[in-house]
Amino acid sequence: MKLTLRVWRQKNAGAEGAMSTYEVDGIAKDMSFLEMLDTLNESLILSGEDPVAFDHDCREGICGACSLVINGEAHGPERTTTCQLHMRSFSDGDTIDIEPWRASAFPVVKDLVVDRSAFDRIIESGGYITAPTGSAPEAHATAVPKPAADFAFEHAECIGCGACVAACPNGSAMLFTSAKVNHLNVLPQGAPERGSRVLDMVGQMDSEGFGGCTLAGECATACPKGIPLFSITRMNREFVRAARKRG
Amino acid sequence: MTASTPHTASTAYTDYATGAPVVDTKAPQGPIAERWDTRRFEAKLVNPANRRKQTVIVVGTGLAGGAAGATLAEQGYRVVQFCYQDSPRRAHSIAAQGGINAAKNYRNDGDSVHRLFYDTVKGGDFRARESNVHRLAQVSVEIIDQCVAQGVPFAREYGGLLDTRSFGGVQVSRTFYARGQTGQQLLLGAYQALSRQIAAGNVEMHPRTEMLDLIVVDGRARGIVARDLVTGRIGTYFADAVVLASGGYGNVFYLSTNAMNSNATAVWRAHRRGAYFANPCFTQIHPTCIPRTGEHQSKLTLMSESLRNDGRIWVPKAKGDARAPRDIPEDERDYYLERIYPSFGNLVPRDIASRAAKNVCDEGRGVGPGGQGVYLDFADAIARMGRKAVEAKYGNLFDMYARITDEDPYEVPMRIYPAVHYTMGGLWVDYDLQTTVPGLFAIGEANFSDHGANRLGASALMQGLADGYFVLPSTINDYLARNPHKDEVGGDHPEAVAAVRETEERLARLLAVDGDRTPDSFHREIGELMWEYCGMARTDAGLRKALARIPEIREEFWRRIKVPGTGEEFNQSLEKANRIVDYLELAELMCLDALHRAESCGGHFREESQTADGEAARRDEAFSYAAAWEFTGTGEAPALHKEDLVFEYVHPTQRSYA
Repeated sequence: MKLTLRVWRQKNAGAEGAMSTYEVDGIAKDMSFLEMLDTLNESLILSGEDPVAFDHDCREGICGACSLVINGEAHGPERTTTCQLHMRSFSDGDTIDIEPWRASAFPVVKDLVVDRSAFDRIIESGGYITAPTGSAPEAHATAVPKPAADFAFEHAECIGCGACVAACPNGSAMLFTSAKVNHLNVLPQGAPERGSRVLDMVGQMDSEGFGGCTLAGECATACPKGIPLFSITRMNREFVRAARKRG
Repeated sequence: MTASTPHTASTAYTDYATGAPVVDTKAPQGPIAERWDTRRFEAKLVNPANRRKQTVIVVGTGLAGGAAGATLAEQGYRVVQFCYQDSPRRAHSIAAQGGINAAKNYRNDGDSVHRLFYDTVKGGDFRARESNVHRLAQVSVEIIDQCVAQGVPFAREYGGLLDTRSFGGVQVSRTFYARGQTGQQLLLGAYQALSRQIAAGNVEMHPRTEMLDLIVVDGRARGIVARDLVTGRIGTYFADAVVLASGGYGNVFYLSTNAMNSNATAVWRAHRRGAYFANPCFTQIHPTCIPRTGEHQSKLTLMSESLRNDGRIWVPKAKGDARAPRDIPEDERDYYLERIYPSFGNLVPRDIASRAAKNVCDEGRGVGPGGQGVYLDFADAIARMGRKAVEAKYGNLFDMYARITDEDPYEVPMRIYPAVHYTMGGLWVDYDLQTTVPGLFAIGEANFSDHGANRLGASALMQGLADGYFVLPSTINDYLARNPHKDEVGGDHPEAVAAVRETEERLARLLAVDGDRTPDSFHREIGELMWEYCGMARTDAGLRKALARIPEIREEFWRRIKVPGTGEEFNQSLEKANRIVDYLELAELMCLDALHRAESCGGHFREESQTADGEAARRDEAFSYAAAWEFTGTGEAPALHKEDLVFEYVHPTQRSYA
């Protein structure tokens, strides 16, 4: 396949960015989208140009590093991570736009690489269960009903990629935050910190400059791991419950 | 060793000397079940009030590093931690699928600490240290408790208790799991514990920062040189002890199931500074990976080997049979595993399944692009169990396969091929997980400690967390107590200045060559060479060929490498090229280790050492030791130090699967 790529190039956080156009040829259908970018970069290096910077690591759809907006959609046309998107989803002669996540809370580091450390700070504010090593009771001391365990797992699947923020018209991080709140709040082990967790995490989220949630639902559509939209409403319930208690 | 080839660089390299044996001075004597208690009791402790005065550097945030950083900080130490990823949550432990072993015996199926210990020593083909393995089995029980307390959502039964399954051919159900994402869930547990300590100010976290050298002062590890990958700034960081939790080195092979940026630089630089490297040739090649599709392939994806429980592996009987698999009649198919190993069939251990696949492909009977694949066929399973049942059992794996290959495995047999997956070798450590450089510790896949020549399924997660949560936090106390914080070492110390200068010169040199080959082209070349000669089957002649070629590639690398941009910016090409510098040295040591170990054991198969029926022949009389190599200079023959292995509890036997 022969393709035209229009790629966001930005030297560093402080620099102005712009779209640059490149032609790539000899792209195989079986290539992953990132392997297609590898091909572009190999030719850029040899011609003495700066290759396109992009985040990637496991290339198995689980580490959450890859983060491209492809033709206006976070992770591209299919519901998966960019690394698991293959070129057979495109046709010979296509023009493909490639941009970084666009959100004020995710400043661009270089080209397609953004800074998602705001997510880490949300977790640091309360996305854990306080259980210092060595203090744990026997694992079977507390049975966890299977529905609760499955619910926790469903939310724990979040890979922290940030597609939800990129897809949201408001740049909101509600889906990311609610996934962790719900994972931990439904478990008996998470109960003691249930209230402070949701209040602190939402507080941190707000202070990071993410936008507000208007339940547009784009986040859940873009999420490669299928975190459901009701995750947000469920967190809102947790929030109201905790706020009332705190008074 | 006497070399028979003419005098070349590689001849000099293979002309190694055997130095003094290494002795693990920390492993206690006495009954094996009491050794860990004994060691913990004998270890000196650091007064809680003094802990905050002591700093520990932890490199890496996977299961081992994340767990260690969180736990050391909880104990009151000041932790300074590093990862090259943009967040500590992305370390490659996250990609582990299958599960984590623990001797809980919840199934009442006869499991015990001793049985897990026995299985691990035997599975490692008698090349691991008994004391360490027993401790691992003991600690496994506590890991599950710890993870459940953190909220790790393990699979549960309807009664609310934890579910387990059997894994990797063992006869007990001791593997705990969280669907096919056990590594992810365990890692997030450790990451969250670490995050709590970061928020509390006990851990200073440096993401997107890569360790490029170790600083050794007066014979002790006192700090690291690291590069901020965003600004390019090279900084020095100092501590009372340094812990490497930087993972394995499977990416030497270019194509592996490792993450793209997993690398060997931290361990290799430590090796260059005096830490011995043990059993570098022990690599695990996993039989059920999705084959490569072409030159562009950047990494390989593993599928759980549970697929072999119901899938049947075959290739056409005739060479070069290009018919579609469904058009090949039953009597023209060779179900080679069932034919050669009638009693184990498709369930033979990983190394045997991998080697058999290579053999049939080498004969020209491989399938798919380039003939590098074999069929894993579920037609019989679907006929027997029904499509629904197959879907329930393997649905997620079938979906993953379909997404990557665009083929429907319910209709067309899957194609699989072996891929490099894990490295059992690593930095030599004693019972305390301390390397030969005092104050430098190595945990998780970065050390060589527990798996011998072959790792059992679901044991990597167990070892990473055992080291990180329980072993290191106990043993490092002893070192810190005996070496109380005294003199401040700073960036102006001559050793630090020298290490920074060397690093800067190396990067500057990479940028200055301005040649005509990309970093990836060299990585691919060294990877292909290693796969060919130091992969699934190794020979004296092949390894010598590789050893002759590696210095040539190294020379060409420094003449033709092209790295665009500067060092003072975010520069992924520079990161890559710098990692390749270390692969080009590590590869040489792996080949030498494989050459010197003229026996077959575990993942290391030497064609010269086979039984009459073509099975691996271990040679205990000559090779019952761990090989710890000492660095003497790039391209210079390293010195071999042997650690003799003593088996008091598990009597060495020869494996048989016929």
